[in-house]
Amino acid sequence: MLTKRIIPCLDVRDGRTVKGVNFTNLRDMGCPVELGLMYESQGADELMFLDITASVEGRAAMLEFVERVADTLSIPFTVGGGVSSRENVTDLLNAGADKVSMNTAAVNRPELINEVSTQFGSQCCVVAIDARKKDTGDGWEVLIKGGRETTGLDALAWAEECAKRGAGEILLTSWNRDGMQNGFDLEMVKAFSESLPIPVIASGGAANPESFVEVFQKAGADAALAASIFHDKLYSIADVKEAVKSAGISVRD
Amino acid sequence: MKTEVDLVDVAGGNLGSVRRCLDRLAVPYNLVNPSNPPDGTRPIILPGVGNFGAVMENLQKDGFDRLVKNLVAGGTPYLGICVGMQILFDWGEESDSAGLGLLSGKVVKFTQGKIPQIGWNRIECADAQQTTSKPWPAGYVYFVNSYVAQPDNSQDILYVADYFGNFCAAVRRGNICAFQFHPEKSGPFGQTLLTRWLESVSVGGANNLKKSDEDGRVARLSGGGKC
Repeated sequence: MLTKRIIPCLDVRDGRTVKGVNFTNLRDMGCPVELGLMYESQGADELMFLDITASVEGRAAMLEFVERVADTLSIPFTVGGGVSSRENVTDLLNAGADKVSMNTAAVNRPELINEVSTQFGSQCCVVAIDARKKDTGDGWEVLIKGGRETTGLDALAWAEECAKRGAGEILLTSWNRDGMQNGFDLEMVKAFSESLPIPVIASGGAANPESFVEVFQKAGADAALAASIFHDKLYSIADVKEAVKSAGISVRD
Repeated sequence: MKTEVDLVDVAGGNLGSVRRCLDRLAVPYNLVNPSNPPDGTRPIILPGVGNFGAVMENLQKDGFDRLVKNLVAGGTPYLGICVGMQILFDWGEESDSAGLGLLSGKVVKFTQGKIPQIGWNRIECADAQQTTSKPWPAGYVYFVNSYVAQPDNSQDILYVADYFGNFCAAVRRGNICAFQFHPEKSGPFGQTLLTRWLESVSVGGANNLKKSDEDGRVARLSGGGKC
């Protein structure tokens, strides 16, 4: 039986790991390669590295960083953040990333998803969606540029379009919950998991091992991603897996 | 000294991660392609991800596919990974096109669950292939696949896993072995499986292969062999 995945996310800027609260107020958390290796040894099923570097120099450093990660880790990892073109995707995959996650660029030019999935396969094509509850309360809307800009796009309709265009997975971040540590957005994750033909990675709001149990059991997520609770050493990956396993959910031991 | 292998570098995708994994295992490898073809003296590893038809098309350049097929049919040990497993069969649904036909069967799409299957799934050795002297261990490995092989001969199945029903996770027939999952991305257990295969095709293992040939258990080309 396919197991549920626990994915620590490391925000990387200039080769350091940082984690924001509501995408701002960044705190420095340490060397991302070391952290990644530690998470692998703790039983992380995959890793996500989110590049929040803005500069051109930072971009080149990121490729070197990806190569170091690929040399070191023996589990899959995804790289995202600022991926703007097919060239970016090609560079990251060539540097050793197993998957690349696209966000704003895919919203601006949805054909990018078709191009990447056709050239490299759906397996490496993750679309990240930052979503916020609509003011009307009816569904969720897509935010881009790290949550700074609203699009008016319906998030679920957009996710369905991504799947049709060849995305292999959706990384769904709740902007309302991100960094808040009050649990995943179960209502949103459930709506997406039930509607989409491809796996959904829930993100935003993990507070404790119970959050993971809930998002798998009540919302049907295929994988769950978290940063702060792992980086702050509140809980280890093993703590989370133990809780998920004792709730009768299949995880890799 | 560890056995040197020939790593096929025309099928794209996960070549880099397989190379890195061989580096970690300190296994020397030689990159082979149409301009530096394998000569059959070393085991061949063919990794591949993405589209079945695209991988076959890449291989067909300069008749490289026929060369590999003839070497493997002639007894050169072969390890296929992901699409490198799928193309061993007669036909793939993904591109409605022919594979190498070294194993009899077809490759079809999953009919249930989220597609692709992405993540860690537990594999167990099929009873018919299990050995007591050197068992194939059970454990969790990393899968990313929308399509699965359906071998005509169930005794070719090395490992099974469950994704809304049992599916063929690996095959082994004589000198041919192939994993649908990614051993190079499956942590220490994946490296154990690669090592297990490498040992079976190293000098001592190759002798064993020859013995099994005399027993008539080495790969027979299904369907009379078309090469």
